[in-house]
Amino acid sequence: MTASDFRRHLMSRVMTTLVVILSFTAVLALVLILGNLIAKGASSIDWAFFTKSPVPAGQSGGGVANAIVGTAIVVGVAALIGVPIGVGAGMYLAEYGSGRLGFLVRFIADVLNGTPSIVVGIVGWTFIVKPTGHFSALAGSVALAILMIPMLARTTEEMVRLVPNSLREAALALGYPRWRTSLRVVARTAMGGIVTGCLVGIARIAGETAPLLFTALGNLNFTVNASQPMQTLSLQIYVYATGPFEEWHRIAWASALVLMGLVLIISLAARWVTRARYGSIR
Amino acid sequence: MVASANTRLRLETAHLTALFGQHRAVRDVTLLFPANTVTAIIGPSGCGKSTLLRCLNRMHELTPGASVEGEVLLDDVNIYAPDVNPVELRRRVGMVFQRPTPFPTMSIYDNVAAGLKVNGRKPRAEVDDAVSQALQQAALWEEVKDRLHTSALDLSGGQQQRLCIARAVAPAPEILLLDEPTASLDPAGTQRIEELCHALKRLYTIVIVTHNMQQAARVSDYTAFMYLGSLIEVGRTDEIFTKPKVEQTEAYITGRFG
Repeated sequence: MTASDFRRHLMSRVMTTLVVILSFTAVLALVLILGNLIAKGASSIDWAFFTKSPVPAGQSGGGVANAIVGTAIVVGVAALIGVPIGVGAGMYLAEYGSGRLGFLVRFIADVLNGTPSIVVGIVGWTFIVKPTGHFSALAGSVALAILMIPMLARTTEEMVRLVPNSLREAALALGYPRWRTSLRVVARTAMGGIVTGCLVGIARIAGETAPLLFTALGNLNFTVNASQPMQTLSLQIYVYATGPFEEWHRIAWASALVLMGLVLIISLAARWVTRARYGSIR
Repeated sequence: MVASANTRLRLETAHLTALFGQHRAVRDVTLLFPANTVTAIIGPSGCGKSTLLRCLNRMHELTPGASVEGEVLLDDVNIYAPDVNPVELRRRVGMVFQRPTPFPTMSIYDNVAAGLKVNGRKPRAEVDDAVSQALQQAALWEEVKDRLHTSALDLSGGQQQRLCIARAVAPAPEILLLDEPTASLDPAGTQRIEELCHALKRLYTIVIVTHNMQQAARVSDYTAFMYLGSLIEVGRTDEIFTKPKVEQTEAYITGRFG
């Protein structure tokens, strides 16, 4: 082995080792978070934690059923509002958005993507909470949907752009009108990627707290009425973790673990969707 | 080129010029495609042969900045007339591309039926018949009849291309445009497609673009040679290949340039 060969191999070793160390550092953050949550939260999780509502401060026991159901409702309604608009906008951007309007929509989506979520919360407060006169889960859903729409628009656009142009041409050459080509061939081919984008977007907003502080507000009681203030896991964690009671801290840790688990499940579902459908863009 | 008396004229171009922006990719081409014949368009890369083909079903205009001057007549009707709907035109003029383009989310059956359903729902039995007939025409039926509802992506490249031919012929078009259909196939796959051309010309008027001169000689009745966007020479295939009239044609087919 010549000297230059030796240097080359040595350099390769050093760089590979460096990259491996950096990768582990990145993964370490997740491991530490999960490990910490499990260590401090897992012991508080039992059946009652999922089925009971909180008890007054100072008493022990109770659960976060109201927050779990609240998260499902607030995030679910946000998805109902945000997914059609976001995916539709993304389809438009990818299939028809080559002109000036497309440029404008894309630019606005990028600005919205970078908007701090607390600002979106204030918007929800100004346009819904103030005119209606009270905090509501619906206002929270709208705020979360506003956060979600630009995210979905951009990921949908990316996924639809991955569909080879030859497929569009093949459909058009068969006598498909343009809109039908977009829906029947292009959207279906990109479906795996679009669904994944939606699930990742839902996982993102499920953990949002700031936009809900001025909108859904939080609620210590169990409710399914979307026009009333509603508790979510993120709000629950915020209030309980900053509260004065040891018992509250315990519940906050456990809630954080549940929320993390929820996000993990949605992310895994996203993985599964991309894997399961044959032929879709991965 | 003089068409014999019993050959109806189906398709012709008249002073057709195709542009990409200011660039004239096809220049003033006037060409006849007699019914139930195979016409091959040959020429070196970039000579405008694919662009000419894409003018025949109005796919050319889908490229941003592209435009067309002159006429393309289908049964004496100019397909560029303002009252002609390009979407309906494309149902009469089928096209197969260089690379196989099966729809990845659809089964073999749904791929072939894709062009049939575009005109609204049809009775199941009617679609079944049309699908099996198209697959038989494309010489693919025996290989796929037991797995019609599996993914089209499981087929080999050559099978996928025959699937695309089946998809193109299923709606019973009048013209079939083939844009270098064997460019991505191995010799066996190429041979099957060429045999298909022979069989299918009884039913359709076929225009095939190829950069393979042996292929043009094997499959076509008429051959048109293009160079730098212009039509240099057109005639019966045996004459073009044995005694071309134009010096450039002879130079190209004998391999001296291109």
